[in-house]
Amino acid sequence: MEYLIHLAILFAIYAVLGVSLNLVVGYTGLLSVTHAAFYGIGAYTTALLLTQSGGMGFFPSIALGIILTLIISFLIGLVLSKFKGDYYALGSLGFNTIAFAVFLNWHNLTRGPLGIPGISRPELFGIDFSNNLNFLMLVLVFLGLVYFASRFIVASSFGRVLKAIREDEEAIQVFGYNTLYFKLTVFVIGAGMAAIAGSFFASYITFIDPSSFTLTESVFILATIILGGLANLRGSILGALFLILLPEILRFVGFPADIAAQMRQVVYGVILILLMLYRPQGLIGEYKL
Amino acid sequence: MKILETKNLVKRFNGVHAVDRLSIGIKKGKITGVIGPNGSGKTTLINLLSGVLEIGGGEVIVDETEKLTRLLPHQISFYGITRTFQNVRLFEQMTVLDNILVVVTERNVFASLFEKHTDYHGKVAEEVLQKVGLWEKKNQLAVNLSYGQRKLLEIARTLAMKAEIYLFDEPFAGLFPEMRKIISDIIRELKRENRTVILVEHDIGLIRELCDYIFVMDEGKLLAEGAPEHVLEKRVVIEAYLGE
Repeated sequence: MEYLIHLAILFAIYAVLGVSLNLVVGYTGLLSVTHAAFYGIGAYTTALLLTQSGGMGFFPSIALGIILTLIISFLIGLVLSKFKGDYYALGSLGFNTIAFAVFLNWHNLTRGPLGIPGISRPELFGIDFSNNLNFLMLVLVFLGLVYFASRFIVASSFGRVLKAIREDEEAIQVFGYNTLYFKLTVFVIGAGMAAIAGSFFASYITFIDPSSFTLTESVFILATIILGGLANLRGSILGALFLILLPEILRFVGFPADIAAQMRQVVYGVILILLMLYRPQGLIGEYKL
Repeated sequence: MKILETKNLVKRFNGVHAVDRLSIGIKKGKITGVIGPNGSGKTTLINLLSGVLEIGGGEVIVDETEKLTRLLPHQISFYGITRTFQNVRLFEQMTVLDNILVVVTERNVFASLFEKHTDYHGKVAEEVLQKVGLWEKKNQLAVNLSYGQRKLLEIARTLAMKAEIYLFDEPFAGLFPEMRKIISDIIRELKRENRTVILVEHDIGLIRELCDYIFVMDEGKLLAEGAPEHVLEKRVVIEAYLGE
């Protein structure tokens, strides 16, 4: 049971990351591979604030993580707005690399590769979230909030403009939209949501180090939304569920013990390739890259 | 009254003058044709007037008062200008209805976050889609429309803007007579409403039929201007444009 709760918590954290990235990639067409940087900023903010003596509580640390991420993502978004298409992806990749380098090398703040241990779990109204089931409920509440906030966004006139930017940015501009503001806003909102996921991750694992916020992590988050379905919020959740559960399910396939780990990786990769070959729009996607 | 003017407008691409010190004046409430051989700079002119291309020199004057040496695409609706594209540019993976709604709803980022389209927006969309005969297809994705329907949707999108100046870049190209008639009727109706239409077109018959005034361009320069019945008879125009 503890194992299932553990998987459910990881799923919920990745679902938050997926839903938030889908706003940027699926709805707006900005191929961002820097989401793990914002996830990391949220995680480090919470980790640092919760491990200081006389530090603040978990929930204020989420708020501060969001604020810090909003500021940083605004500046990054401003630079990225100069790029289009593949160049946007490359530019965003650069920012993830910079963020990772900062997490790894700013020893005084992040303790570099040693990481930050002893991050506490939250407590609210006498409910102790050290209990994994309680923690799961809390993450699910936040997943619900992120999901409904995203649904509100995509159902608004703002959401319709995002889709138009994705389809033809220049064409929507001539109808009076300054697309820079729309792109920046959605980028910043998505980053803020990723920071929430980071705070939960730090508090759940109780230890973080830079290896959780690499470029590979950004690619993994991107894979969840492409697999689940771009421009479909439920697709992000399905994608997270699929990518978290698939390696676990493969554990129960009877591969020979000495090559089991490698075989699981191979099968995992083959399934992803087959899905992209035969279902390029993802499981329930509405848009192909 | 000249609602739109260019003064010594210039656009170069790698040293080639696509538009070369062009000075023209467009009268309000008239249908003005822009004709010329391929590569004469007609579409470049439309792109300059709509901010899609950066002005390389000279100025654009709106309403005889606003002198612009720099014009960004998102600013043109402020000056009452809207346009279609030579190659149709729709929001392909959006429904026909959303292609219209997206141009009539809120422009302000924060206001748009809290806006869902209202009955008013719905009525505007219905009115323009009925006009071009696409209301029945409102829930289809734009990408699934036929070529002619795509052209009509693009025109409907400009009508929804209720602009003062319409820049139509070859709206009749490749269309069946039935659809050509729908677009001709729309252009005439815009004139009746005292709106201004700038029409880039190759079909001389349509130019004669619809336009009050025409400009003939060749190699980025103004070759001739005037009423179609006079200009189209000029030897210099016949030589440059019709190759006779």
